[in-house]
Amino acid sequence: MPGSSLRRLLSVRSVISLLGVLAVVGLLVFGLVSKGSSGLAVGDPAPVSALPELEGGGSQSLADYRGRWVLVNFWASWCPPCRAEAPALEEFQQAHGGPGFAVLGVDTRDLTSDGRDFVRQHGLSYPQLRDGDGDAADDYGTTGLPESFLVDPAGKLRLHAPGAVDEEYLSEEVAPLLPGGKS
Amino acid sequence: MKAGAVLVAALALTLLASPVAAADQASLTEIEKQVMCPVCGTLLQLAESPQAQRERVFIERQIDEGKTEAEIKDALVAEYGDEVLALPPGSGFSLSAYVVPIAALLIAAVALAIGVLRWRRAGGGSPAEGEAAAQPTEPSERDSERLDADLARYDL
Repeated sequence: MPGSSLRRLLSVRSVISLLGVLAVVGLLVFGLVSKGSSGLAVGDPAPVSALPELEGGGSQSLADYRGRWVLVNFWASWCPPCRAEAPALEEFQQAHGGPGFAVLGVDTRDLTSDGRDFVRQHGLSYPQLRDGDGDAADDYGTTGLPESFLVDPAGKLRLHAPGAVDEEYLSEEVAPLLPGGKS
Repeated sequence: MKAGAVLVAALALTLLASPVAAADQASLTEIEKQVMCPVCGTLLQLAESPQAQRERVFIERQIDEGKTEAEIKDALVAEYGDEVLALPPGSGFSLSAYVVPIAALLIAAVALAIGVLRWRRAGGGSPAEGEAAAQPTEPSERDSERLDADLARYDL
């Protein structure tokens, strides 16, 4: 009789301990997962979560660009290197934008009004999305701003450029991969 | 006469409303303590990054427009998401930030109480048992033989 009650006690304790351990492990896993991935590697599928457009009320996803090359550029109006690279990106869009390629700006952790002012000041013609809480930037594993990711027509990452891009990078690294393949 | 009464009533209303308006008046210093700089990951109060400066400008603009503290925090959430709040909202999944620690403390307290009760019921730590444990006992025959052998070896 005492043996059976001890066994019962042990089993209750075991279940409580197991539940406690599972709860702690669950919280740790949730914390790791919610912090986002450690970063994308070349060849990985690019995240395609839908984001609101910076201007207007619609939303877009990278999935809408399937079948085209897309240079996803994360930026913010308060970021000086983002200001520095904006003219080169616009020039590249003017030269290469079309059915086979687009630059896609993503305004990250920024005020909507500041982002819109930035687009107007730099005369950016390519589509701009808004990532106010930075979740999309986290999904891509960005470590700072600006950062750019070249995604191929199949939705796979082909190039990753942490930091500002310039004309030289765009013409030597990005342009050769695009339809036509010349800089 | 009628116009005078209206004027007095308006004045009285203004005087009554003033303290309420002053109490509702949002202040940058107070809001800075309650919201985060999303880029820095610190309270806005402690942040000096360019993004933090823009966030302050945004708050000041809202204050100038006469918004209340709650309205300004809502506007910040609309811009930056829930993570801009230093304390998570008490609803949805964020509620777990408040419920889980309290539940964990309660479970620990209940487990401790059950443990102590069981230990006491099993007679653990009773004075009688303690005294019994402290009583000297007679050495066994084997121990006595070993003791005698050891003493003989030293021949004091």
